[in-house]
Amino acid sequence: MNLILKNGRLFDPAQGLDQTGDVVVQGDRVRDLGTDIAAAGPGVLDCTGLIIAPGFIDLHVHLREPGFAYKETIASGTRAAAAGGFTAVCAMPNTNPVNDDAGGTAYLLQRARESGHARVYPIGAVTAGSEGEHLAGLGAMREAGAVAFSDDGRPVMNAQILRRALEYASMLGVPVIEHAEDLHLSAGGSMHAGAVALRLGLRGISSASEATMVARDLLLAEETGAHIHIAHVSTAASVRLLREAKTRGVRVTAEVTPHHCILCDEDATPYDTNFKMNPPLRTAADRAAVVAGLADGTLDAFATDHAPHAAHEKLQEFDRAPFGIIGLETALPLGLRLVETGQLSLARLVASLTSAPARAFGLPGGTLASGSLADLTVFDPAAAWTYDPAQGASLSRNSPFAGWKLRGKAIYTIVGGRVVYSARTPEL
Amino acid sequence: MNAHPEPAHVLGIEGLPLARIEQFLSLAAAFQKTPPPRMLTGKRLLLLFYEASTRTRTSFEVAARRLGAETVSVSAQASSIEKGESLLDTVYTLRAMAIDGIVMRHASSGAPRLVADHADVPVINAGDGMHEHPTQALLDGFTILRHRGSIAGLKVAIIGDILHSRVARSNILLLSRLGAELRLCGPRTLLPPEFAAYGKNVRLYGELEPALDGADVVMVLRIQMERMHESFFPSEAEYVSRFSVTAERLRAARPDALVMHPGPVIRGVEISAEVADSPQSVIREQVENGVLIRMAVLHTVLGAKR
Ligand SMILES: [Zn+2]
Ligand SMILES: [Zn+2]
Repeated sequence: MNLILKNGRLFDPAQGLDQTGDVVVQGDRVRDLGTDIAAAGPGVLDCTGLIIAPGFIDLHVHLREPGFAYKETIASGTRAAAAGGFTAVCAMPNTNPVNDDAGGTAYLLQRARESGHARVYPIGAVTAGSEGEHLAGLGAMREAGAVAFSDDGRPVMNAQILRRALEYASMLGVPVIEHAEDLHLSAGGSMHAGAVALRLGLRGISSASEATMVARDLLLAEETGAHIHIAHVSTAASVRLLREAKTRGVRVTAEVTPHHCILCDEDATPYDTNFKMNPPLRTAADRAAVVAGLADGTLDAFATDHAPHAAHEKLQEFDRAPFGIIGLETALPLGLRLVETGQLSLARLVASLTSAPARAFGLPGGTLASGSLADLTVFDPAAAWTYDPAQGASLSRNSPFAGWKLRGKAIYTIVGGRVVYSARTPEL
Repeated sequence: MNAHPEPAHVLGIEGLPLARIEQFLSLAAAFQKTPPPRMLTGKRLLLLFYEASTRTRTSFEVAARRLGAETVSVSAQASSIEKGESLLDTVYTLRAMAIDGIVMRHASSGAPRLVADHADVPVINAGDGMHEHPTQALLDGFTILRHRGSIAGLKVAIIGDILHSRVARSNILLLSRLGAELRLCGPRTLLPPEFAAYGKNVRLYGELEPALDGADVVMVLRIQMERMHESFFPSEAEYVSRFSVTAERLRAARPDALVMHPGPVIRGVEISAEVADSPQSVIREQVENGVLIRMAVLHTVLGAKR
């Protein structure tokens, strides 16, 4: 089956490509890039005025299946991914049961084949049950298809266990992802420790609770020579530590979420649990620092930490409600907002959604080069729309961006040469 | 927003218009002179206490009854709350009992806000987590006014566990708005620097003597010993040696300085027995004034035509 995308703006930071043209897809591969390729028929997508980019890859998503299908399923989560322009998502293992063995990893991949609308790359747990005590079945999970390991939701508090996990994972050729948080420093906290939390009477999560762990993790990565990936970086101090470590050649990659780039603690509506996430929204200075870190490549990837929760779970006392917000369907327009305000180049934004995450976890895709996987995201950077989580594909609606006027929208999401999402329904 | 005006909640001193604060204070003064008619006859007030507080609950109960209102008390021990039912489910269930207002105490900051957003009757915050305790601040302000006539320009020292205190937060907001100079004093672990920007004219002290120097009002907060186990301070003895308000230390304050405490007082820890029971102490009067202030609040909030 062939597909021809006509007359779009071909935009591929991996090749330094930015020109008007066509993409010819054959089977699941990009066969050719060109101009004025004569074609007509059902397999031709008119991309005039649209940007054709490599498929977006999200390194950090919670799909909630198995165990929490009322929040999200693999079907609904990947449908939300496709609607947001993501052709692939990495699924965190904090499901029930935790994905901590080959069976769990295989199950996830099986379910993704049956009901997925985007590629799903499993992330295995670092420790059994993510309890931080004993290494999980890392080798077996790797063989079953795990692309990285993480106890996300919590850190690996025991430095010796993290050290061994790093050594073992480096033997398997994959990174360990750290949710950097010192649980003693953050105990009982529900938002950033600062003037706003003080005024609201909420226990705080200090910046140091993240940065001290980042410092520890960098030292362990340096000593072991292993690859560590820092999830959802939120503080200026972490960015500073990462920048310095990268300069020295430490094997580290990192990601930042759209919400930490767009919002700070002062933006939160008091006690609105749609602003409750971990790490919390930090100060305006932290926000500026993570955006600068994304712009200069200190933070490699733009990842959503898509964390669906049911309405009744979020409609609680602030300190009792769960952490997390959904993000797959708003990441692109929020990123484009950074481009619009001059804080980020379009090339860097697209790279942080494509080539950089692919490189960080050694995943296929991330480029339009001929012969590569035909995972493509075609988006309209100017499309204006108002975000209504109730109209979204996710089963959950916990977003602080409800009602926001956004610009930029995925028009076609193509996975392996197949259109999995189209904003122009008749053509699907 | 204006199409459906929300009921006149009292959730905190923050956001409460100055005119309303003055209205509460002057109404309490009027009730002190002349006992009010039973304006709230036929009204039902729900006292929803998720945290034990005999003192505050009783004060609201007495205030409601003096105005002729009926009270329904639901405490944390009540079965519906124990079952693990959500806060809003509990409120919806209780709302079916034809309630005209809710007085609420809860361990989570912001819980009354959550209820207010989903209730069509006024909600009065009787203390939420470490956030606010507005009627306590109003009764403290009222007590100071009784003795000093005005709050503007007074030097008010607040001493103890400022970090965890909703009483301190509400008092800082109220008294600084009314023109007082605030001196906050306590161990650094319980007094983060962000408090300096909490109200107008607020200064922080790590030592008692300079905080008390020339003070017109000495407001002592409760110290809970579990904070010691959380390492906010090393020992009770060390706390007492640095921060306990004794007669000797009180000499730094004005000779007629008022000594206040939200209670219950543990004599010999945050305050010496001698000071707590001295003629300067208005601790017992605070309790009496609490009823007057709560009458003023209930009268205004429940009596208003909606
Ligand atoms: Zn995390
Ligand atoms: Zn996460």
